[in-house]
Amino acid sequence: MQSSDIVNLLKEKFSKEILCTVYFRGDCTIIIKRDKAKEILKFLKETPSLDFDYLIDVTGVDYMGARQPRFNVVYHLMSIKNANRIRVKVEVPEEDCWVETVSDLWATANWHERECFDMFGIEFKGHPDLRRILMPEDWEGYPLRKDYPVGSDLGDKEWKTFKDILQQTKERA
Amino acid sequence: MIKNGKLLRIFYSKPRSVHNNMEREITATKELIVNMGPQHPATHGVLRLVLDVDGERIIKCTPYVGYLHRGIEKLSEDLTYVQALPLTDRLDYLASAANNIGFCVAIEKLLGLEVPPRAKFIRTIMGEMARICSHLVWIATHALDIGAMTVFLYAMRDREVFLDLFEMVTGARMTVSYPRVGGVRCDVNNEFLDKLYKFIETFPEKVVEYETLIDQNRIWLKRTKGVGIITAEEAINWGLTGPTLRGSGVYYDVRKFFPYDAYDKVDFEVPLGKNCDVYDRYKCRMLEFRQSARIIKQCIDKLPEGPILANEAMKIRMPSAPVKIDKKDIQVEIYIDDKAIEEFVQKYSEVYASVEVPKGELGFYVVCDGTAKPYRLRLRSPSFVHAGALKKLCEGGLVADVIANIGSIDLVLGECDR
Amino acid sequence: MALILDTLTEPVEVEEGVKVVPAANTIIMPIAKLASWGKRSSIWPVTFGLACCAIEMMATGASHYDLDRFGIIFRASPRQSDVMIIAGTVTKKMAPIIVNLYHQMAEPRYVIAMGSCACSGGVFNTYSTVQGVDSFLPVDVYIPGCPPRPEALLDGIIKFQELIKQEPYKQRKR
Repeated sequence: MQSSDIVNLLKEKFSKEILCTVYFRGDCTIIIKRDKAKEILKFLKETPSLDFDYLIDVTGVDYMGARQPRFNVVYHLMSIKNANRIRVKVEVPEEDCWVETVSDLWATANWHERECFDMFGIEFKGHPDLRRILMPEDWEGYPLRKDYPVGSDLGDKEWKTFKDILQQTKERA
Repeated sequence: MIKNGKLLRIFYSKPRSVHNNMEREITATKELIVNMGPQHPATHGVLRLVLDVDGERIIKCTPYVGYLHRGIEKLSEDLTYVQALPLTDRLDYLASAANNIGFCVAIEKLLGLEVPPRAKFIRTIMGEMARICSHLVWIATHALDIGAMTVFLYAMRDREVFLDLFEMVTGARMTVSYPRVGGVRCDVNNEFLDKLYKFIETFPEKVVEYETLIDQNRIWLKRTKGVGIITAEEAINWGLTGPTLRGSGVYYDVRKFFPYDAYDKVDFEVPLGKNCDVYDRYKCRMLEFRQSARIIKQCIDKLPEGPILANEAMKIRMPSAPVKIDKKDIQVEIYIDDKAIEEFVQKYSEVYASVEVPKGELGFYVVCDGTAKPYRLRLRSPSFVHAGALKKLCEGGLVADVIANIGSIDLVLGECDR
Repeated sequence: MALILDTLTEPVEVEEGVKVVPAANTIIMPIAKLASWGKRSSIWPVTFGLACCAIEMMATGASHYDLDRFGIIFRASPRQSDVMIIAGTVTKKMAPIIVNLYHQMAEPRYVIAMGSCACSGGVFNTYSTVQGVDSFLPVDVYIPGCPPRPEALLDGIIKFQELIKQEPYKQRKR
């Protein structure tokens, strides 16, 4: 099935939610609004001719300053039967930062969405266990946002437990 | 009790109904929460598992990862494409050439670079050597955890030969940084090819050596057959890839579905399992040893002459040189009335490319904004997904099966946490 | 090296402070030297591999570059070990656990920082990495490299043995 056929199928059903489609180097990207994101993904999964039963990845991108809405949640889907991939990008604004979870459709989305929340601060509504996964549970700040520093020395905003360890080392010396 | 012919004492047991409730409460078992901490000899790195056990049965298993999160994705936004390449070495450090190949494949897809044929074959050889090295460490540690300690020494002995070969070509044993965007760093010489060919011809016999130690061993069979069962539909739903998925009988291999490098020019089989348990995943990887040896032999036989680096690849080496994507390659269809989105889409181009590393499918999602540094580099690592599926594999099993499961999914924390 | 006859009954000095009486099958040496010989010939590290350097540590422990000939046996529990070879990147999330493990080791205890990440943070100067384990632990030997070759690790261990040899025999409070 060609990418353009998939897009046509989607356009028939969800004409208002799809903003644009990009074909680049054999990849097909669909940028959609947040309102019916979960239904579109469910449609992609459950339609027998499309059969995107494999969720490769859920991640986020921060387009701070370059685009409003600020975040994009990117879903990479694959169909093993038809051997093709598709990318679905959902636009998420900064003030109202949430998207519906797909962890009931694909079990693998559980940890991917937790990582997206950890790194960007995007809330996934309906997620069974939304907490930080890579950073410590009481870490403050969302590291992969563009306004977060990259260096190791975080100064005053350092994680409390680590600050205590450094303090104890200084006292013992 | 009769001693020296004399009846000393008569033992009799109380009938069960006489045992009172308090005694029954004291002797009943209750759920215990056990922490298999970040420092553990069998967790293959810094993985923490919190297990709710009832006796020996696991009721709930919660993996905690992130103890090796080094911020590679954030760091790569600060470095150019060429500078970010050595960071990918340290993801799955057992097969670092394979990770480099993945990164290069993604950037070449983004730029539309064509890799010269000789470089493609060399990269295939490196990828398969990396696969063998990784599987050797896998069988060494998996067998060591289950109790077969000799396999560790045999496998590491053979791995030293491969590390010497890597060092001959790239200069480093483990973290090679040898494949580059557009080809490879430097050419291979005949001494390397001869040595590799000679060793690869004898390698399947070495694999038979490891199998003789464990394959028909009763303890191995008891500990791996019927353990960690995950059906094909569940495996797809949980996002497994690589031998972990193929052990459940699902035919999906990135080298066959979305071929890269020289994989469409060599023929090899992809082993599949049937019973979806730890033993079948073990068998898949043991057969993959032989298939990798077959691929390397064919690549050495078919290695063409020619350049090893594409000419256009020199352009992205300069830190200040912007990465130019031809606007004609991007086709956009816009369905709403918004001018900003067309400029946005033309400026931020993105690709997703994946390779078959020994653990599974390593995916690279690169967003390029036209400057010399990636705007966003996302690494989709198989170990992260498999660690999430540990919950499904371990629950309902015994405590000892947790070790077998961790070994069978071939977890590497460097890749899981990035 | 002097030849020592088996039937000598006088003490012969073989090394500074070490006397041998061959006929009586006796070695006379100060307790400090005996203790340091024992300590440096049976270094028991706690298995603490974090990242890539752990694999080179495993390769050093395997049969090609054998560590067992130095008396090194890897112990899983910190209670039974002398030294913690920190092999790999130390993240801030892992730091409290390392401190915990360090305090669980019995004195005299040592720390070897193996690899660039443990020495100084390595390539990873990021929000989640500690720039060198010596920010919160006293390190005795630094082994640079990314990862250091097994020979480099062996060189570091030999330097560590010399360090123990030169240590004065008193309570090492660390």
